[in-house]
Amino acid sequence: MAGNVWVLAEQWRGRLSDVTFELLALGRELATGLGTRLEAVLLGKDAGGLAAGLGAADGVLYVEHPTLAEPNPEAQCHALATLVEARKPHALLLPLSNVSADVVGLLPARLKIPLVNFCRDVTVADGQLQARAVLYGGKLEVTLAVPSPAVVGVLPGSRPASEGRKDGAPAVEDVKVTFPAEARVRFEQYIDPAPGDVDLTQQAALVSVGRGIQTKDNIELAEELAQALGGAVSASRPVIDQGWLPLTRQVGKSGATVKPKLYVAAGISGAPEHVEGMKGAELIIAINTDPQAPIFAVAHYGIVGDVLEVLPALTEAVKAKKG
Amino acid sequence: MNIVVLMKMVPDIVEELEIAPDGKSLDLEAIRPIVSERDDHALEQALLLKERSGGSVTALAFESRDVDEVLFTALAKGVDRAVKVSAGEEPLSTAEAAALMARVLPGVPNLMPADLILTGCQGIDDLDGVIAPCLAEHLRTPYLGIITGIETKEAGHATVYKEFAGGSRGQYVICLPAVLGVQAAEKPPRYVPVAKVRAVMKSRTIECVAAPAKEEASQLAIGAMTKPQAAGRAEMLEGDPTAVAAKVVEILSARGLA
Repeated sequence: MAGNVWVLAEQWRGRLSDVTFELLALGRELATGLGTRLEAVLLGKDAGGLAAGLGAADGVLYVEHPTLAEPNPEAQCHALATLVEARKPHALLLPLSNVSADVVGLLPARLKIPLVNFCRDVTVADGQLQARAVLYGGKLEVTLAVPSPAVVGVLPGSRPASEGRKDGAPAVEDVKVTFPAEARVRFEQYIDPAPGDVDLTQQAALVSVGRGIQTKDNIELAEELAQALGGAVSASRPVIDQGWLPLTRQVGKSGATVKPKLYVAAGISGAPEHVEGMKGAELIIAINTDPQAPIFAVAHYGIVGDVLEVLPALTEAVKAKKG
Repeated sequence: MNIVVLMKMVPDIVEELEIAPDGKSLDLEAIRPIVSERDDHALEQALLLKERSGGSVTALAFESRDVDEVLFTALAKGVDRAVKVSAGEEPLSTAEAAALMARVLPGVPNLMPADLILTGCQGIDDLDGVIAPCLAEHLRTPYLGIITGIETKEAGHATVYKEFAGGSRGQYVICLPAVLGVQAAEKPPRYVPVAKVRAVMKSRTIECVAAPAKEEASQLAIGAMTKPQAAGRAEMLEGDPTAVAAKVVEILSARGLA
């Protein structure tokens, strides 16, 4: 019989992350397909109570240690590597979130086992895991067999989190792991942003700008449309990195997760890191010069065109409608 | 503070990407290579550290198409040395590149030990590994990624800032030497005029070193590479900007949004 399927139960600041439940839903399918057990691995300090939320798993392996209180890739990797070497799971599913991505990179290197990164989906075929991974910002996909054992880095959104939220406390096994006396990486504190000028999560309409906006000055075109719609301007990572808008305006993996009634993606290609933060919007309208841009796969309506021409036309049309 | 910055070339994804005839790989002839965006941020962060605390910065990259321009640009921006590593024609996977780089670094004259090795926290082609943590494991140094700020006030340690979601950051102390994966520099990468790069091409040189033979092979075998088949696809609105704007307003009106 194959080794068990493991899922890292990501917890951050005392809560299980949504991606944990997505991975549990995915992991359940894989464990069933392989005819094996699904186990969740929970790491933390005074976090054992969170196991009660992991009812979708057949069992929970819990490692308690002070260095696991907050995300510490060195400590998390040490704990996971110790467990993997002792128990030999078939595969370990880890979320590609900012909390866990470092472990996705470290763990396979430490264990000298394969990593299959950027997975959008994993299935079972002929008794083996098959992965579909996205590369080049979502522009190409690859399919491949997942060796065993392997670490599988899974993009958020692989399954609905609701499918992995199950009642019923699984059996919890407290596993003792000996940690190095001296930690090479030490968590000090969180630095939370000062309240921003705008709370993106509360906006009914967002006009979000990406690389296609070209210059800082052009953001004014998005501001005008946002104003006409009664919403706010947000952005994808490249715009924030250029310092054109503050971090509080970022939508995506490192920024806010938004679900407005209207999301206008202006000059945004649709990399997985961005889509993660906006795919729940009720209506998505995307404008991009590239007809193959991945954003058109998540948008409800698409416009192939230059945002510098389309945004002013939209503003005028909305203003005219509103009188 | 001696800093090494690892840079790599990736396809410009603004351009169309073509799949090679084998159906399993990217057509490298058809791409426009650019420096990996996060590596450019790693370079900027290194230059900011040098400006604050002194020391040296060495930019290092595997030989590939257009990499000379990237390394000369790094020199024009202020790095002290630029090193190009030749490792043959065969493309390296990320895991292979990290393993090989770990064996290359000690052989580069007067380079190691470096206090910090910086590189991007992620590349768009990191299928079988991520360069910074892989390299850290090979070099047996500590690692932290998704970094957006570095301070080096205390000997033997660095205070680093790691990005989480929603604008929250974590402050960490890491023992040096260390490998850090940079998400974003504290300032946007600096611009350097083409004329300055051209001047540097005449006055400076890129050091060349040969990599030892590759010993590691990727543990993954790609079955097929395809363009994504979208589960859903946007309904495309066609026409000039005024025409599509009118259609959008109709859609918004029907939903009470305009």
